[in-house]
Amino acid sequence: MNKPRRLQITNYRAASHWGKLLLALLTAFAFIFPIQTALAQGPTPTDDEVNRIAKQLYCPVCESTPLDVCPTEACRQWRDLIRTMLAEGKSEEEIQQYFVAQYGARVLAEPPNRLATYLVPAVAILLGAFLLFRGFQMWMKPVTADEDETEQTAKPAQDPYVARLEEELKKQK
Amino acid sequence: MTETSIPAPRRGVPIWVQIIIWVFLVGLLAIVAMGLQRAQQGTVQPGQVIDNFTLSLFSGYEMDGKSEIHLEDLRGKVVVINFWASWCKPCEQEAAELQQAWTEYEPTGQVLFLGVDYVDTEPEARVYLKKFGITYPNGPDLATRISQYFRIKGVPETYFVDQDGVLQYVQVGPFTSIDQIRAQIDPLIK
Repeated sequence: MNKPRRLQITNYRAASHWGKLLLALLTAFAFIFPIQTALAQGPTPTDDEVNRIAKQLYCPVCESTPLDVCPTEACRQWRDLIRTMLAEGKSEEEIQQYFVAQYGARVLAEPPNRLATYLVPAVAILLGAFLLFRGFQMWMKPVTADEDETEQTAKPAQDPYVARLEEELKKQK
Repeated sequence: MTETSIPAPRRGVPIWVQIIIWVFLVGLLAIVAMGLQRAQQGTVQPGQVIDNFTLSLFSGYEMDGKSEIHLEDLRGKVVVINFWASWCKPCEQEAAELQQAWTEYEPTGQVLFLGVDYVDTEPEARVYLKKFGITYPNGPDLATRISQYFRIKGVPETYFVDQDGVLQYVQVGPFTSIDQIRAQIDPLIK
């Protein structure tokens, strides 16, 4: 009679032991998993954090409106995506790269930082300034007397009819 | 006695400067004209052979296990290219009709529907596709290359390309009935 009772007690203890272990594991998981998830996702980004990136982007659907103030549904979705990516721990640069890959470089408020982007306008402006400067310089410079005479004497030689006419006029005088 | 001072004659702008300035101005005008022409051009027109493009497909919306579609591989089939977006309300009007038409034509093997998701986010696009039970190949218009080639003016727009790769019809705006879709596809099936 005692044996079964003892066995029962032993079984109860064993069950209690495993139960405690299971409970401890579950408790540990319950604490660890939310912490891990929270660490992976990070805190929910604020509107300011989202808008800091959004104002550097333009949705192709609403071309002249920056993403941070654009009221359309498409832009709201883009802002949500930025929020999600920030929560996933993506950097500002990574998010911009993703948007460029998905929608093209035209979504950027500033053109991509390439040498030609800045070099071509700078060279064009310098070349234009040089041409204008040289043009005005030569235009404003008075013609010297020698050059004027040369031009005067050169003209009749260029046109035989004019030369003849001038000759006739001289004779009449 | 009044003395009139005759100003010294000035040189004219040298000819090479004039030429460069005129070339620059003409070039500038040409660029502006090209931009204006492109803006007023509208979509690609029927009769034009559509150049090859590649459409990356969403997972779950691949074609024969391929995650990319090249238009040139689809010669011999009528291709219906539908531009849509999850944020586009008029697109929802035609979503069911398009899927119904795809269900009708898919068994023939002569027609292929392609959904090109324009300026959209993938999570929202997937919600839309699931909502309307769309099963034909779909993918994002990466870097808006495809929509720029077709010069779309908005969504939805649908392009019907025949077996030889020639554009036959452009539907701007949503279809209002499945008969509208059939009316474009049936004459193209040889």
